[in-house]
Amino acid sequence: MSLSPYVPIAGMFILAIVFAVFSVAVAPLLGPRRYNRAKLEAYECGIEPSPQPVSGGRFPVKFYLTAMLFIIFDVEIIFLYPWAVSFDALGTFGFVEMLLFIATVFIAYAYVWRRGGLDWD
Amino acid sequence: MEELHLPPIDYAAIAPLLLVFGAGCVGVLVEAFVPRAWRYRVQVPLLLAGLVAALIALISVADKRVSTAGGALAIDGPALFLQGGLVALGIVSVLLIAERRVERGGAFVAQASVVAGTDSDRRQSSQPGATEVYPLTAFALGGMMLFCAANDLVTMFVALEVFSLPLYLLCALARRRRLLSQEASVKYFLLGAFSSAFFLYGVALLYGFAGTMSFTGLREAAAEAGSEDTLLFLGIAMLSVGLLFKAAMVPFHVWTPDVYQGAPTPVTGMMAACTKLAAFGGILRVFTVGFADINLDWEPILIAVAIATMLVGAVMAVTQTDIKRLLAYSSIANAGYVFTGVLALSEEGVAGTMFYLVAYGFTVLAAFAVVTLVRDADGEATHLSRWAGLGRRSPLFAGLFTVLMLAFAGIPLTSGFTSKFAVFSAALGADQVTLVIVGLISSAVLAFPYLRVVVLMYLSEPAEDTPTVSLPGVFTSLALVIGLVATIGLGVVPGPVLELAEQASSFIG
Repeated sequence: MSLSPYVPIAGMFILAIVFAVFSVAVAPLLGPRRYNRAKLEAYECGIEPSPQPVSGGRFPVKFYLTAMLFIIFDVEIIFLYPWAVSFDALGTFGFVEMLLFIATVFIAYAYVWRRGGLDWD
Repeated sequence: MEELHLPPIDYAAIAPLLLVFGAGCVGVLVEAFVPRAWRYRVQVPLLLAGLVAALIALISVADKRVSTAGGALAIDGPALFLQGGLVALGIVSVLLIAERRVERGGAFVAQASVVAGTDSDRRQSSQPGATEVYPLTAFALGGMMLFCAANDLVTMFVALEVFSLPLYLLCALARRRRLLSQEASVKYFLLGAFSSAFFLYGVALLYGFAGTMSFTGLREAAAEAGSEDTLLFLGIAMLSVGLLFKAAMVPFHVWTPDVYQGAPTPVTGMMAACTKLAAFGGILRVFTVGFADINLDWEPILIAVAIATMLVGAVMAVTQTDIKRLLAYSSIANAGYVFTGVLALSEEGVAGTMFYLVAYGFTVLAAFAVVTLVRDADGEATHLSRWAGLGRRSPLFAGLFTVLMLAFAGIPLTSGFTSKFAVFSAALGADQVTLVIVGLISSAVLAFPYLRVVVLMYLSEPAEDTPTVSLPGVFTSLALVIGLVATIGLGVVPGPVLELAEQASSFIG
């Protein structure tokens, strides 16, 4: 039994902890402090953290459904591209497999459509 | 363009998988096109038919030992035995999930996020629950079956996600105590995602080490490298964290009591029986196929994990006051016993582990079935103090639960005894004396909370507010009978199933 391979791993963990603690401890000492409006805003996009809306900051859940649908079709396209590039080599088997794959994606799509996931209101 | 060589696929060998996933896909279409009133009546027979068909397909290919789909799937003895166990336990779980008589409309709701007390909440409480749970269950079971047969790391990871994601959702759909249920779901999801990240990082490191994803290739590369390779060891460690999390081993067990308590009880039963079986199927394959030759360096750490699991599970179970949390900690301790069988690293150990998983699955499903029946006006009464005197009110169900508790405690003539005997004797055969001693001590400690429940039910006076035992519908009764018959049957005549497990105990690849 030899645990010597773990010595570098333990070293790595210690290094990571030291680095994190060092960075957090040193940043307030060295960093310049220039407060302005932009620093309090959400970075690039997202919900404004302040002032808190009265209702607790609710936002429509519709966007979430749209995003999920987007991911479904996004993943489908990721698989379609390589198949299209090597269509000749994959032959009939590849074609049938791809039809099956598209069919399963469309099952999800049919579910969303029938259950009102595509209606905006 | 260069001609690609397509890997041959043995469709007969993967037919059980295709049937279960197919039942899930058709289930989604049923959700889309069948009118609401008919969905329950279509979904339940559909899913049960799919599972029974998968079981028949499994029996018909029981002698197959092939590696198919380009080596991604190994349909060998353990895979087929575990898949059979999964489908059988899955059928019982579906029976519990489909029960609608005990709780009006079933234990699930369509919209878990409706605010309590609003108009839509009142409307929902009179409506039957979501029928999406059936396709979700099918996908979860299919993923677990895939997980047991996965012969490379990527397939294993995909299978892990396929069975985890539906479970996260199922946890959140309880009709009663919805906030607790959602809390359970969020905890399970966040920690599960975290453990998946560990698993994936381990996969990446192992690929960096071996240049291949298949377990066979990994074993060859590991045998060549010896035991001095950092990438290999860090990879195994990360991979193990992911696997041990799913199996709820200490110290990756903290999610278990909260999730088991908050999830709808039929789903809890499914997690305790099926998820545990699938997780150990993956662990068996990883440790006996992938890293068979370098295990010696790993043993001390895994033995420590097994000992911690057995002791923490048993000791924490003693302190519990809620029956679902008690069963959760008992399932943690049981994961430790199963792991002693895995650590035997022999065919005897594989057989014992598989037998244990199936036997424990049936008992734990029956125990959770009883939990769904003990109710008052607010739903299930899970606090142990409420169970006081239940034996006088409902002697039949208290008697049934007593048998299950005795089986958990490992009394002879129950499956709890034969399965513990199988794993401990395998561990003894591999000279793991420490593990067996700790296992026996832990079993003795764990017998206390089980017997305390029994004493509580019989020797206390029933209080004014002692809940009643609801009359189970056909589905729950069937699940209870199957669980009880399996518990006693596997205890009295364990021979046939044990023999089947022994015949199926060698991995290929």
